[in-house]
Amino acid sequence: MEEKKKKRMAIIASKGTLDMAMPPLFLASTAAAMDVETAIFFTFYGVDLVNKKKYKSLKVAPIANPAMPSPVPFPNILGVLPGMTAMATSMMKMMMKKINWPSVPELIDMCRESDVKLIACSPTLEMTGVKKEDLVEGVTVAGAAEFLNFALDADITLFI
Amino acid sequence: MEAQKTLDCKGLNCPMPIVKTKKTLESMKPGEVLRIEATDKGSKSDMAAFSSRTGNELLETKEEGNKFIFYIRKK
Repeated sequence: MEEKKKKRMAIIASKGTLDMAMPPLFLASTAAAMDVETAIFFTFYGVDLVNKKKYKSLKVAPIANPAMPSPVPFPNILGVLPGMTAMATSMMKMMMKKINWPSVPELIDMCRESDVKLIACSPTLEMTGVKKEDLVEGVTVAGAAEFLNFALDADITLFI
Repeated sequence: MEAQKTLDCKGLNCPMPIVKTKKTLESMKPGEVLRIEATDKGSKSDMAAFSSRTGNELLETKEEGNKFIFYIRKK
């Protein structure tokens, strides 16, 4: 019997905030569970998601985010006040914990265990001074051509 | 229905029931049946999608109050 060709998904993760870390990691781990061959290309701020020094402490930006949930009516402009980022972050973490969502490091582990290809953008590392040793184990460093080579055969490609 | 293994996904939200189901199925033999209990409201359609994509057959879906029970046979 002919083996059915695996479906493939390619994701570009370009954001480094806690809320924007979730969609690529959730979609990748779910896709892998559904036998989809998956790769995430981490570029610009997205590299923080696989940076050991940062991925445990990603933050939520309250500024310019009118959708930010708040227990009391809250003018968005007050997001500039000191401590607001920490407050928004701990609130988001509490909400995530309440529904038993895994943390970013746990999600990265899930992706690694299910063979999701994790690729960090080499020029971003060069630009920000992040070393290969700073990255989570199993992350490969490559450029746009490597990602495109994978994405050209993908059934789904997402930019997040 | 008889199951060789049971997986408790109660209180877990998408995508954890799917990820855990996949992981548990990997530890089972072809033909064995896995019983999954979940409370995630999306799990009913998620399990069906998972099953049709991966070829692990969804034998039965039941609802008991707020709980969903699935029986999946490993491919």
